[in-house]
Amino acid sequence: MLVNKVLRASVRSGIRLQSSSAANAVASASNHVPSGGFCFELTDQQKEFQQLARRFAREEIVPAAAAYDKSGEYPFPLIKKAWELGLVNGHIPQEYGGMGLSIFDSCLITEELAYGCTGVQTAMEANSLGQMPVIIAGSEEQKRKYLGRMTEEPLMCAYCVTEPGAGSDVASIKTRAVKMGDEYVVNGQKMWITNGGKANWYFLLARTNPDPKGSAGKAFTGFIVDADTPGIQVGRKEMNMGQRCSDTRGITFEDVRIPKENVLIGEGAGFKIAMGAFDNTRPPVAAGATGLAQRALEEATNYAMERKTFGRLIAEHQAVSFILAEMAMKVELARMAYQRSAWEVDQGRRNTYFASIAKAFAGDIANQVAADAVQVFGGNGFNSEYPVEKLMRDAKIYQIYEGTAQIQRIIIAREHLGKFKKGPR
Amino acid sequence: FQVGLLVSVKRFFLFLFEIRVKPDKSGVVTDGVKHSMNPFCEIAVEEAVKLKEKKLIKEVVAVSCGPQQAQETIRTALAMGADRGIHVQVAGKDYENLGPLQVSKIMAALAKKEEAQLVILGKQAIDDDCNQTGQMTAALLDWPQGTFASEVSFEGDKLKVVREIDGGLETITINTPAVVTADLRLNTPRYATLPNIMKAKKKKIAIMKPEDLGVDITSRVEVLRVDEPPQREAGVKVETVQDLVGKLKDSGLV
Repeated sequence: MLVNKVLRASVRSGIRLQSSSAANAVASASNHVPSGGFCFELTDQQKEFQQLARRFAREEIVPAAAAYDKSGEYPFPLIKKAWELGLVNGHIPQEYGGMGLSIFDSCLITEELAYGCTGVQTAMEANSLGQMPVIIAGSEEQKRKYLGRMTEEPLMCAYCVTEPGAGSDVASIKTRAVKMGDEYVVNGQKMWITNGGKANWYFLLARTNPDPKGSAGKAFTGFIVDADTPGIQVGRKEMNMGQRCSDTRGITFEDVRIPKENVLIGEGAGFKIAMGAFDNTRPPVAAGATGLAQRALEEATNYAMERKTFGRLIAEHQAVSFILAEMAMKVELARMAYQRSAWEVDQGRRNTYFASIAKAFAGDIANQVAADAVQVFGGNGFNSEYPVEKLMRDAKIYQIYEGTAQIQRIIIAREHLGKFKKGPR
Repeated sequence: FQVGLLVSVKRFFLFLFEIRVKPDKSGVVTDGVKHSMNPFCEIAVEEAVKLKEKKLIKEVVAVSCGPQQAQETIRTALAMGADRGIHVQVAGKDYENLGPLQVSKIMAALAKKEEAQLVILGKQAIDDDCNQTGQMTAALLDWPQGTFASEVSFEGDKLKVVREIDGGLETITINTPAVVTADLRLNTPRYATLPNIMKAKKKKIAIMKPEDLGVDITSRVEVLRVDEPPQREAGVKVETVQDLVGKLKDSGLV
């Protein structure tokens, strides 16, 4: 019975259950159901992972974050240190040199690193997003070649789907891949590619079926593309509102030749792969937003316990303590949401509903909580000498990337109505 | 040169925390405060692991005396590279009264039992700042000691220790077996890597009681009272340097 579950689950959420340690994690999670049923306790190992990431974030990322934000310089030294500690590429299965962490464990780490700086954390997370299609759909050779190298040196990769003319509407991307002999020739333009200028390889989605009436589900193909393939032009580093040290670029493909060995699964399978990755990557993104919100809450609370006005600490004024209370409410709920969505996919279930809820909610509250933090700081909050204005700028993208807040709502509505049609709870 | 090494680790508040005295003045508030390994113990573990990496040491055994939570501290040492752990169970009132004399008796007994050639400890713990356990352990074993070490190296089968003293640095050579206590500048402790945290789970922690080692842990010291330091008083402003000198003379400081 467990074998069946593994087979079904591996198509959806892929690898998690193939790797031995994740299987242990799942096994211990399900064996460990306490008499009370639902459990909020972390295992000792999860606590240690969390402690490591927390310490790294506070000792290494926090002190460097403001400077990276000002200069926009890619935080490679930090990424390298994190890579050496095993904090990056957590999703790669152990067979290929990775940690084979469950999505839940990865999320714990992600939240802690994001607390330090979401720009740094996004650069690391983009690796997971780029790798996920290979992890869930790659052949043995492909996994060994492209995942293996990520654990041998601190390399980056990128997820190359969005175009200048198509973000949410993935089905209308225009990048074309035409089969010629044993190769595909790719032409097109991608945009807003995180790690675009630093990646060693890309996951690329391109249209292989030119028929506009053909179904979207079969018209696209997923490729693994080495970044040094001739014809790839990397655009300039984009200057964004926030997460400024993360490297975001436009990429142009001009007659780029990709060997057919680099096709994931087969021609026409791309759309499902690209979308399937999200069930695994949305929980960590929600965790990142939660980490940012936690940081905002802590900074605001620290400030409120020091700053005085009208003869008292501002935290003792109810107007301010109510702001902090609502920030705390949102942070706790966002955390529970991403943890549930991560746990669902680790159990081998389709977690789309929970993943979208977590991502939508965490993205929204991160923005609210960061803005509230600036408010608690008052005039100081608006100033770049204090840490909270950066949080507000960094938070905005969480409502946009990995599926906009609006797309998440479309997904949630569809899932919710779908469940409703099936019958009562 | 292959020796076994014992490193002693202690847990206390994460060093950033503000300490509060209990209302009944019997001690400090420990409930709900985040604990972690004593910083000097971390440095001791790091040095032990480094010596093992240089192949000067065969095996690093991490020891901690305390309640169940002491095992977390041992696990951290294991994740940093120690090979196995020993948890000497001391709980409740016994733990509150556990002081350097008792711990050093335990360490001495373990050093003999494990046939260790080197015992490394942090120079002091940040809760009581006693700076006694290492010295007492050496005395009980009748072993030489290199305390406040800022550098440790082997010279043949002797140990060269550079010590931080008030006047500067003192270099001594001592025979092994020996006891070394780690000072701040000995090294920078590494982060435990994720793979090592996972590997540490498989490493063994032996559990025993002080009685098993034939050690009597009754305390010879009774804590009568714990007080917070006096509140800092406001200063006094003076107009001129003459006034300042006058005030210093008046209070007998000059």
